[in-house]
Parts: sequence; structure tokens; C-alpha cells
Amino acid sequence: MRKLLTVALTVTLLAGCAKEENVIKIGEYGGLTGSTATFGISTKNGIDMATEELNAAGGLLNKRVEIIVEDDRCLAEEAASAVKKLITQDKVVAMLGEVASSRSLAGAPICQENKIPMITPSSTNPKVTEVGDYIFRICFIDPFQGEAMAKFAYNNLGLRKAAILKDSKNDYSVGLAQFFAETFKGLGGQIVAEESYFEGDQDFKAQLTSIKGKKPETIFIPGYYTEVGLIARQARELGIPASLMGGDGWDSPKLAEIATIKKPGDALKDCYFSNHYASDDPNPIIQSFIQKYKAKYNEVPDAMAVLGYDVANILFDAMKRAGSTEGSKIRDALAQTTNFPGVAGSTTIDSARNARKPLVVLKIAEGGAYQYVATVNP
Amino acid sequence: MQEFLQQLVNGISWGAIYALIALGYTMVYGVLQLINFAHGDVFMLGAFFGYFFSRWTKIAQEPTLFGFFATLLFAMVACALVGMIIERAAYKPLRLRPRLTVLITAIGVSLLLENGGQLIFGADPKFFPSLVAETKLYESPTLVISNLPMIILAVSLVLMILLRFIVMNTKIGKAMRAVAFNREAASLMGVNTNNVISFTFALGSALAGAGGILVALTYPKIDPLMGLLPGLKAFVAAVLGGIGNIPGAVLGGMILGVSETMVAGYISSTFRDAIAFALLVVILLVKPTGLLGSRVGEKV
Repeated sequence: MRKLLTVALTVTLLAGCAKEENVIKIGEYGGLTGSTATFGISTKNGIDMATEELNAAGGLLNKRVEIIVEDDRCLAEEAASAVKKLITQDKVVAMLGEVASSRSLAGAPICQENKIPMITPSSTNPKVTEVGDYIFRICFIDPFQGEAMAKFAYNNLGLRKAAILKDSKNDYSVGLAQFFAETFKGLGGQIVAEESYFEGDQDFKAQLTSIKGKKPETIFIPGYYTEVGLIARQARELGIPASLMGGDGWDSPKLAEIATIKKPGDALKDCYFSNHYASDDPNPIIQSFIQKYKAKYNEVPDAMAVLGYDVANILFDAMKRAGSTEGSKIRDALAQTTNFPGVAGSTTIDSARNARKPLVVLKIAEGGAYQYVATVNP
Repeated sequence: MQEFLQQLVNGISWGAIYALIALGYTMVYGVLQLINFAHGDVFMLGAFFGYFFSRWTKIAQEPTLFGFFATLLFAMVACALVGMIIERAAYKPLRLRPRLTVLITAIGVSLLLENGGQLIFGADPKFFPSLVAETKLYESPTLVISNLPMIILAVSLVLMILLRFIVMNTKIGKAMRAVAFNREAASLMGVNTNNVISFTFALGSALAGAGGILVALTYPKIDPLMGLLPGLKAFVAAVLGGIGNIPGAVLGGMILGVSETMVAGYISSTFRDAIAFALLVVILLVKPTGLLGSRVGEKV
């Protein structure tokens, strides 16, 4: 019996080894559960779709690509341990993630230390890629996003008095608020109030009441969709008529559900936010992606899904050009990415390992649907 | 000044919720000298019971006032049952053990409900349906009073008065007070202490369940960990007012709610919790039994 067991065990181990050789393992960390779960889920959907297409077309370097996903439950400390596990236990050759800048900042130093190239699809805080030469991103950064929204508010909407309500524990939110305020004041506008909250708060009425007293024409809320939805509801409840504005953290299929007074999304009607792509853009690349995505997941992809799809393809492209799974070679190939035709626009990685890409301003219309308003080029 | 009025309205409706949860803490403490740390999680369960009930009965799709009260009642009854089950399963076998053992068990029950909740309901937040459509009752440029905080306040007040009536004017209330005063003597007088304790848990848990629904009405994000901080704050409110004292819990809840809102509105939301807890320290330094607490020393 024991002999049989040993044989069985050896065979399994050998089979395991044989299988290993034909697989390239890539790590992905993201929040699949928790306060901003739709970010992680959408990103994963996009990455999965790109990986399936790649494997169906014969894989990469004659091997199959396997994405190993770790859920960090939307917590920065969990993100660090997820990345550690992916690198030390699963021995991944490259890392995809995170969406939220605070979590990317927790994972990036570990990737840098182990010389594992990491690409974030949608962390916009400048500090993320400043961690080191193995950390890349394929989206615009917050100075650009904050500046674009401030200019949009001042020039296109003709607003002069803005208030800010930011998440003071979140790198993304603090950075975006700062860049918005600097540009808005530089243009001649006035920041009449600056209040803060913490992710996970339920009650924002105290801050909103003191903002209301200063009579702003718009409130800039650079937060994530859960809090933004709750803030919008409470702002309307307190009778604040001001238009609300924000950044790409607003984009989620859940946003309209949360910001509901009577009909979905009515608390955010006629509010504006900046995003990576517009689903009503007639561009055939975008429309054919939306169709493929809808057929698979039965919903319109949000920006996180699009960037998830793009980030995986950009990594595959770099690995193909590198012809190797060695960290330093993938890194060099990634740094040379030029005019990669992604769904969310053509992507070129600059010397600071950031992507220069246009952003779109979206308006929230009746029923919580997004309407394309403007494109801002860097 | 007008802004101050608005902040006061915000604070009182927030405080009413603390008060409602604090009542459960205080009642159980009064009768058993047990700090039931699982109380905040029963509050969470109340919100989830309401969420599933309103979706299941389709009340969520077409909200009516009747539907709201049906949901409220369902959550209260379900929480009362959960409270009784918790007491029977976790605390009753330990009734004659040292108080510390029971306290640690309470923490265990709390963790069980939080993590069990994440397992069953999932860790990502759910969004409670708007059972009552928001409308403005009073509106001027500086002061807006909408119906939601008023519903919270009204339902809380009715429940508190009902509770006071049960405790002061009914037979079971008299029995509760007797058990609180001296459990052994009460049982010698023919009071069925086990039933009284069960009833106390049911009553306290029903109030927590109502709190869950009322909170979810204005703050619709519900998740399995939502009871953690309100539970802690309500405990502070109970201590602030004098633990074991029912009007004290209401007073403590109101003070905490208003002071938190004022701090967030006039100073900074960063100091919200810090100042609330600093207030507790100051009050307890001046009056160690809490504002309305009177009992001094251990009873034998």
C-alpha cells in the first residue's frame, strides 16, 4: 500500500512539473470583495478576456498563460501580503494591479525589491511609478486629471466658486484634490471650502452642511463610488443644488444604484467626472470591444474593465518582444512600448514609466447613464 | 447660527440611532452586569434581515409606508429571536462562571457574527432599498429638514417610550427590575430568572434590529462589519449616560451624536472620533458613574 502511495505521489509530482514548464504565471492583485469591489472585478474580467483570447490564439512564447489572482479585500495591508504571496509562493514572472493608488503603493515596493515588473491599469497617483524602475502604468496621472477637471469647471461650465470634499486617508483623493485646487485657483477661481472624510464613513451631513453655508457652485469629490453615491444622496437631502464633480474613481456599475433618491442615479444627475474612455464613443475599436464584453459578461464594461483588458495585452506584447520571461528583459521591453493600440487609446510609455493619454469628461444623465461631453488631450 | 440649527438637526438624528443601540447595551448590563459585545452585530443583522425581507416580499420594488413598517417589524422579531438564541447558546451555560469568561465569550460571539456574516452575505457592501422616498418637510435657504431624520427620531422615540412602559408598568418589567436588583432574591420570590433574562435579550436585540433598519434608511450602505463602530460608540453612549440606566442611554446617545456632528462640522472630521472619546474621558473623570448613573460600589 505504501509503495503504491509513493508511486502515485511521484507520478502526480512529475505530472505537476511537466505541466509547469508549459505555463507562464502572471500575478494579479485586486479587491474582489470590499468597499470598491467593482474595481477589482471589472479589472479581472478585462484581464481574463485578454488572456483567453491569447491562449486561444496559441499562447505566449509557445506556452499557455495563467493568471493567478489574489483578493486583497480592498485593504492596503492585504495588498502587500497578496503581492508577497504571488511572488514567493506562486513565483509569478510579472504583476498586474492594483486599481486604487494606496494599494498599488503598498504592493509596488515588493515588486521593485524582487525585480518583478508590475503594471497598474488604473492607479493615477504620481507616487506609484516613482517607487522604482520596475513599476509602470498605462493610464494618465492625477496632476493631468485634476488640472483637466478644474479647467473644465472654469472654462466650459463657467463656474467660479468650488468646494472640495476629499478622503483624507487616500493618496489618490488627496493628490487629485490638491491638483484640482491649484489649477482652479490659478485660473482665478475660488475654493470656498475644503472638507474631508474617511473611506467607510456613513454620515457626511456635518461636512456638507458647512460646505452648504459657503454656497459653492460645484463640489469636487475625488473619491470612490461608494462614498460618492452616499455623499450625493445626503447633499440632495440637505438641499444642496451644486453640481458635483469627480475623477475616474466614480466609474462603477454600482454608482447609480447608490446615488438613488427616487430613480437610479437621480442624486447625481447632471454631474461630471473624468474617465479613461466613453462607452458611447463611436470608435470601432471601442464598440467591438463593448460587444465582445457584453456577450461574455452581460454588462457594459466600465473603464476598469477596458484598462484591465489593455494592461494584459500590453504586458503580453512586451513579453513577446522580450522573447523571455526574465524580469529585467520584460522591464526593458515594457519601457519601449510605443503607440500600442489599446481600447482606451494608443499607449506610449514615457521615461517616467507613465502613459500619456487623453481623458474624457462624462456627464451623468437620466437613469445614471454616462454621456460623453469632451476629450482633453495632454 | 442657521447653520448651527442644521448641524443640530443632523446631530440629533444621528444621536437617536446611538441611543437606540445604547438602550440594548444598558438593559442587558442592568440585568446581567454583562457587556454584550455582540450587540452591535445584532444591529448589523437587523439591517440584513430587512434587506432580504424587503427584496423577497418585493417591498423594495414598490415601497409603501406599510411595507416599511412590515420590514421594521420583521427585522425586530428576527433580531429578538437571534438575541434569545445567542443568550441560550453562549451566555446561559456560563451564568455561574466569572464575569470575565462571559465577557470574552461575548467578544467571541461578536467575531462569529461578523465573520459568519462575511461568509454568508459576502464582504462587499449591499445597498438598502429606499423604503421611504425622501421628501422635504421644511425648507428654507439655510435649514432643510427632510422626512428621513424625522422618521428615525419619531420611531426611536416611540420605541423608547414603549420600552419605558414595559420596564416600569408591566409585570415582566417589574420582574426585570427585580432581577437587576438582586437575581437570587428575585428567584427566591418566584421570579423565573431565565425567562426574564431571555426576555431582556429579546427586547434589547429587537431595538438593535430597529436601529439597523433606521440607519439603513438614511445610510443605505450595509456590510457585515457595519456594526463594529456604531456598536462601540453606542457602548460609549451607554457608559456616558450611566450604564444600566435607561434614560441615561438616550441622553448619552444624543450627546455623542450631536458632539460628533459639531466636531465634524466646525473643527475637522479627522478629530470626530477622538473628540467623542475625549468627551467620555472628561465626563467619567468628573462623574465616574456616568451622567445619570447612581449606583456606587459593588452590590453583594
